Amino acid sequence: MNKAADLAEENRDGGNVVRLSGSLAIACLGDLPDRLDAVQGPVSAIDLSQVDHMDTIGAWTIHRAVKRLGCAISGASEDAGRLIHAVGELDEPVPIRPNHVHPLRRVVGQIGEAVCASGTTLMGLLGFFGATLIATWSVIRHPRRFRINAVVQRFEVVGVSALGIIGLMSFLIGIVIAQQGSVQLRQFGMEMLTINLVGRLTFRELGVLMTAIMVAGRSGSAFAAQLGTMKLTEEVDAMRTIGVSPMEALVLPRTLAVVVMMPLLGFYASVMAVIGGGFLCAIALEIPPITFVQRLREVVPITDLWVGLIKAPVFGIIIALSGCFQGMQVKGNAEEVGLRTTAAVVQAIFMVIVIDAFFAVFFTWVGWN
Amino acid sequence: MREEDILQAEERRVEEAFQRSDIAISVRGLRNSFGDQVIHEGLDLDVRKGEILGVVGGSGTGKSVLMRTIIGLQTPDEGEIQVFNESMIGRSDDEALAVRKRWGVLFQGGALFSTLTVAENVEVPIREYYPNIGPELRDEIAAYKIRMTGLPTEAGPKYPSELSGGMKKRAGLARALALDPDLLFLDEPTAGLDPIGAAAFDEMTRKLQQTLGLTVFLITHDLDTLYSICDRVAVLADRKVTAVGTIDELLATDHPWIQEYFNGPRGRAATAAVSREKDREQTKQAAVSPPDGRR
Repeated sequence: MNKAADLAEENRDGGNVVRLSGSLAIACLGDLPDRLDAVQGPVSAIDLSQVDHMDTIGAWTIHRAVKRLGCAISGASEDAGRLIHAVGELDEPVPIRPNHVHPLRRVVGQIGEAVCASGTTLMGLLGFFGATLIATWSVIRHPRRFRINAVVQRFEVVGVSALGIIGLMSFLIGIVIAQQGSVQLRQFGMEMLTINLVGRLTFRELGVLMTAIMVAGRSGSAFAAQLGTMKLTEEVDAMRTIGVSPMEALVLPRTLAVVVMMPLLGFYASVMAVIGGGFLCAIALEIPPITFVQRLREVVPITDLWVGLIKAPVFGIIIALSGCFQGMQVKGNAEEVGLRTTAAVVQAIFMVIVIDAFFAVFFTWVGWN
Repeated sequence: MREEDILQAEERRVEEAFQRSDIAISVRGLRNSFGDQVIHEGLDLDVRKGEILGVVGGSGTGKSVLMRTIIGLQTPDEGEIQVFNESMIGRSDDEALAVRKRWGVLFQGGALFSTLTVAENVEVPIREYYPNIGPELRDEIAAYKIRMTGLPTEAGPKYPSELSGGMKKRAGLARALALDPDLLFLDEPTAGLDPIGAAAFDEMTRKLQQTLGLTVFLITHDLDTLYSICDRVAVLADRKVTAVGTIDELLATDHPWIQEYFNGPRGRAATAAVSREKDREQTKQAAVSPPDGRR
């Protein structure tokens, strides 16, 4: 019956004979391949008469030993002989891994590829922006083609469903700013300035910026994944064949939804952050809410609100475009959808922050500071 | 006794039990359902050792579900499944390990690990189950397995995304064969292949089955596959295996689905192709060895 494979060297009339016994199947091989490797020549034959069962891995082990020692096989059963012959015919080296590239060359190559990729992405994104504008123009000329249902549906997904998480996030951020600010300002005995800090920071910068980051994570990624999956299942091609422009049917409603929702969400987020700040001021600094509101109206100029609200739709365009653009770039396999979704979010957040820096300089320059 | 020895003894016991029995897989009273939808009800099936069993059935009759249940990816509501005379239901993964090593599975899309090359894919089961096999021998084993499935040597270091559909299937088969299984599950191996590629795949399956003495459980829609390589065919309909037998035996039954399946336009075309092939071979033989009297 099936015994563990074993090996014995014998000296017979013709010379050394390696006698294998037991079962030469992968489960019973144990350390036999290593021991067979350790056998030094000259060996005249490998005797298989004691072997009761063999699979291709056992056959291969014998084949390579025969090749190395240059000996004969004796006592092989018909099945065993057939198997050894069959695997012997397949003996041809197959590379296992791709060729090793020198690390320096690889790094240089990767840098080059990354530069090329970012260049093409930027150009592609610009082109995509242009295509969206053209689609917008054609919808303006043919208002009947405007898909109001799709847009309203996106309003809900992008805007209404996000209210909870964005509200909670902004509220907490308001608390954090007020708390951290008050600790620092207390050193100067200027705790009242916490209100300036919370009010100006949230309306001008953080409200819209944090909203943009949240929307990029929620909706930008969803756009990329949705469109990417539609590309994979050839839905987008089917649309084109039927005569529906994917730009008008898919990209435009999403872009419009984000552009409209961003200022609303941004304003809502700023208000929630101020409420959070006011909450902390009331609890920790004992500034009554009425004083907080009164002081807020004195120190936060209305231009701060405009700054936030002007930035919001621009951020919205960036988020929607990079989401849709990356989604439309998907081709090949499901793995690509994941990669493109990640790329969409990273790209959107990065560009939002870059544009935000430009806005900061610009608004200071026009005197809204 | 060391843990390894216990495991090896267990493996040997399973293999012995398998060599003694005539039945590779036995399914009794299987019931599978998803929510309200009952897929299988009282399903019985025996797969004999050393045969290629084709499993056919309309879409949604649960062919893949049956395979997934047998290999333990899906827990049935009721029923008993024995593979190599070992009961598979209600066993932990560890306990079933000895049996799991004795089968290989080819999924529909190949299911290759996308971050590994083809050769590394083939090495995964060996690396996982038999760490005692050194890296050099492992590479060699992967190499001949790849050649065995008819892939060119250049395919070894390629990643699955660089392969065509047919090559992916062959690579998947190479991985399924990595441990020299006794039992092979193939889920629609020829789906999505061109006729030439499909015929080549069939022929390879047959050849491997004969060389390695495999038992093959083969799900297919391909009538040509059924005619050319399957020893028996099991028909899934009405939530159970309605009939099992050779194609001739199935044709003798009067189940409407079976009649429509084999006597529909495609079924007739496949039958015609088989008889054409036989005629051609006979003519060829006649041409090669002319009757003695003519000399």
